[in-house]
Amino acid sequence: MIPVAFEYELATSAGHAVALLAEHGDEAKLLAGGHSLLPLMKYRLAAPAVVVDIGRLTDLSYVRDDGDVLAIGALTRHRDVETSDLVRSQAGLLAAATSKVGDPQVRHRGTLGGALAHGDPASDLPAAIIALGGSMVVQGPSGSREVAVDDFFTGFLETAIGGDELLTEVRIPKAPNATWSFQKFNRRAQDWAIVGAAVMVDGDRCGVGLVNMDSRPVRAGAVEGAIASGASATDAAASAADGLEPPSDLNAGVDYRCHLARVLTRRGLEEAGR
Amino acid sequence: MQVSMTINGSDVSHEVEPRTLLVHFIREDAGLTGTNIGCDSSSCGACTIHVNGEAVKSCTMLAVQADGQDLTTIEGLADGETLHPMQQAFHECHALQCGYCTPGMVMAAVSLLDEVPDPTEAEVREGLEGNLCRCTGYHNIVAAVLQAAGGAR
Repeated sequence: MIPVAFEYELATSAGHAVALLAEHGDEAKLLAGGHSLLPLMKYRLAAPAVVVDIGRLTDLSYVRDDGDVLAIGALTRHRDVETSDLVRSQAGLLAAATSKVGDPQVRHRGTLGGALAHGDPASDLPAAIIALGGSMVVQGPSGSREVAVDDFFTGFLETAIGGDELLTEVRIPKAPNATWSFQKFNRRAQDWAIVGAAVMVDGDRCGVGLVNMDSRPVRAGAVEGAIASGASATDAAASAADGLEPPSDLNAGVDYRCHLARVLTRRGLEEAGR
Repeated sequence: MQVSMTINGSDVSHEVEPRTLLVHFIREDAGLTGTNIGCDSSSCGACTIHVNGEAVKSCTMLAVQADGQDLTTIEGLADGETLHPMQQAFHECHALQCGYCTPGMVMAAVSLLDEVPDPTEAEVREGLEGNLCRCTGYHNIVAAVLQAAGGAR
């Protein structure tokens, strides 16, 4: 399988990438690690006229302690996130979820920012970021702006990133004392989650993000509210699928996905000590 | 456009279309056909090579993304007639049936031991998650990787 022919542009800085996006408009797609975009291009589900390669912007690959916040460059590879001592100690849920993405070869190429910008509801990392809270920094022609995680995922494969913007950084509140659990249910090694639940508990704060339970990555707000009101894990998890519209496919129908969401959320809450 | 990279210690330079996949560059432009194409959709791992020492699936990378990088393919592992310890372990454990997945398995296994030098059996199985053997000959493959890890100890 070979992608449709395209024009290739190598970005030499974040500003250069933004300028290239402005120049080419809707015709252009950003290429980071390529492990979401290239399969789509090979299946010819995507056929951008221009590919802007941001894969060489090494200054956007970092994990930094930024006061109360863990700042992770958008081009930080999964492998570097999963093995970062800083991520492990301050956002253990993200390290755990990242270690479940694809396989080692995929994690050597794929990037955190790429996975988030793809906005796939079946992807592991958006759910983890929703549970952890925080924000995304996107850079456009007139500078950078910060988007709260709850405003970031707007639809199926859609995010708040504008057509002329580039995701540059992911900011997560540090939570060194948090407990967490990442529950990924699939039938075979390497598969996407049929359903997944990312759970983080930090004192009174509880975050629950769900994988593959709606057209976009979603927060299980009712579960979080129940936990905040002192409900048990079992009682709180009973509302995990409330109001959600999961997909139905060969692996699972809607009812089974809702069941899985409740079970995985309960297991996650229990493993996180609730 | 012109791309240049080092493959198994040799400089390789070629004119390619931007859409050229790295695995096609390796097989057709560099003439190194040890790297196989299996599923062509980054599932099976038959096309696994090393880019800057790390295992990647060369069907899911453009040749232009490898411009200026240091690559190793299965042909670059042996030292002349002396097999790489991982190749030797695959040979001794008979870690192959039809052999199609073998180059990718060996490359993934070498990369795994670089990152986890003394893995448990479970860590080997998890570490080779990205490589499929459709003969289902995993038992001896896992045994070979554990033997190679033991030899390195």
